[in-house]
Amino acid sequence: MDRPLYRGSYKPYVSPLDPCPPIRVKTFVLPPQIFTNFQQPGLPQYSPEEALRRGTLWPLFDDGFSREEGIS
Amino acid sequence: MWVYEKKLLYPVEVGTCNPTLAKYLMEQYGGADGELAAALRYMNQRYTVPSKVIGVLNDIATEEFSHLEMLATMIYKLTKDATPEQLVEAGLGAHFVNHGHDLFYENANGVPFTATYIQAKGDPIADLYEDIAAEEKARATYQWLIDVSDDPLINDSLRFLRERENIHSLRFRESVELLKDERDRKKIF
Repeated sequence: MDRPLYRGSYKPYVSPLDPCPPIRVKTFVLPPQIFTNFQQPGLPQYSPEEALRRGTLWPLFDDGFSREEGIS
Repeated sequence: MWVYEKKLLYPVEVGTCNPTLAKYLMEQYGGADGELAAALRYMNQRYTVPSKVIGVLNDIATEEFSHLEMLATMIYKLTKDATPEQLVEAGLGAHFVNHGHDLFYENANGVPFTATYIQAKGDPIADLYEDIAAEEKARATYQWLIDVSDDPLINDSLRFLRERENIHSLRFRESVELLKDERDRKKIF
């Protein structure tokens, strides 16, 4: 999993009159599946135990998400 | 027909007594982009899509029901022992008055489920694009649920469910590609 690959970001307009401390960079998710129309055969796989835990067999489609990442 | 296995798709463990989290989880239980809407949408579209993609819709609809079961388990565990006072404090007072300790197909705001959340347009591309959008919206909902939940055990299950939405989205995208391949075959849907 290469997380930065699956995240986008942009710099929203920040006004000097904003009431709250501004967030200068906003991040959003670009999940791996949107970069492919058709899964290639023979992709590297997790072990069965790891796959059951992660919800996918293929590391390529596992982009993770956690509140620690602080995306929002 | 289905064969029922008396276990959850993925273990559901709840670490803290937090009925407020149950209220938020109801968005994925009976909300517009929730598991019930997904399961019913795919299970219904499945009959009239081109035969190549019937299996995808049928299998994913089935899996969505197993996700619904996981959500139900989380909500049940979070609310079953809560007193009426605790439910009121958690914002579930109206839910308790209407349903007691029962679960119900409502979103996080208590709006009951409606079939108008889903569609069957009779056009395979329109239907599949709706399905892709539904998966991405469910993925985003799981992201925001993870962000408002501080229960690491619940978040572990939510991360699993979120990842499944990624794979479902991919399978629907592949289904669109399969139908595009039919273009040269002079076949009318």
